[in-house]
Amino acid sequence: MAAEGQQHPLKIYYMIWALLFVVSFFSYMVDYLHFHGALRWTLILIFMFVKAGFIVAIFMHMTWERLALKLAILGPPVAILVLIGLMSLEGGYVENSRIENYGESTFVPEAPAH
Amino acid sequence: MSEAVLDSGAVEAPGAKGLVNDWSRDKQVFGVPWGKAMMWIFLLSDTFIFSCFLVGYMSVRIATTDPWPVPSEVFALSFGGDPIPLVLIAIMTFILITSSGTMALAVNMGYRKDRKKTFWLMVATAILGASFVGMQAFEWSKLIIDEGVRPWYNPMGAAQFGSSFFMITGFHGMHVTAGVIYLLIIAFRVRNGFYEKRGGKYEIVEIAGLYWHFVDLVWVFIFAFFYLW
Repeated sequence: MAAEGQQHPLKIYYMIWALLFVVSFFSYMVDYLHFHGALRWTLILIFMFVKAGFIVAIFMHMTWERLALKLAILGPPVAILVLIGLMSLEGGYVENSRIENYGESTFVPEAPAH
Repeated sequence: MSEAVLDSGAVEAPGAKGLVNDWSRDKQVFGVPWGKAMMWIFLLSDTFIFSCFLVGYMSVRIATTDPWPVPSEVFALSFGGDPIPLVLIAIMTFILITSSGTMALAVNMGYRKDRKKTFWLMVATAILGASFVGMQAFEWSKLIIDEGVRPWYNPMGAAQFGSSFFMITGFHGMHVTAGVIYLLIIAFRVRNGFYEKRGGKYEIVEIAGLYWHFVDLVWVFIFAFFYLW
């Protein structure tokens, strides 16, 4: 049963494969074209989730799996969003504490040696 | 296959009804080979491990008052001219995506019972993976020897850059290496008829494929959060 259920026309794999290259190119361009700030981060995240979505859904067959498996695997990682939220709040607080108590950083960075 | 009767007498159904049926079954929840279910569950645990590392990196990067090194400058390479930002990383991404493609084809060939094509596609995937690790090792040597980056200090900015970078890429590179070994073992078993003797089932190629795609997936996140951000 499983064998026939996992064979899909190769065409869809080639298409998604090509799309992955295209989205990767766009991701790279975000840096190459020196986007900054909110636009940079938004684009980085969008392209990242698009690529991740393609890989999980098509290459890892998740699209064709039963709902019970989909939810069992994709559900729990949502909790990570909570962790991200909490840790970014804490990080901001620690940074402020450091500035308040130790002052701004006096580190003078060197350029990378090439 | 729309009216499969399951061991608890429940009927397989799509959507929420199928969800309830699956979880109410007597003997097994998911109607997939146990190897596949276990690989997915392992990958779920690995997702949490990498998330811990990436969120930890986020925490220290937010919390440090020192400037964070600019990845596109740190990871630029020059071939005689101006340094090209992130060029090696772009090549590494290209290689991993290519390897995911060859792996997906291998899974398909496995189910078609074409042992020769499955073998060569898996070997191609493994070679691509090994070259990825080689490039990452080169990147490490460049940072350690040329730039003087250490887990506790680096001259280009915040000290936490080194520990974050080595921890995250080190664990990822270790996973890629393990994947290369795993792929080669399965590939040779496929070629030598090991699975023919066991009923001619090639789910194992798909299971190995799940692991390999996961490795690519983690790289997608590392690339976005560490190298681009």
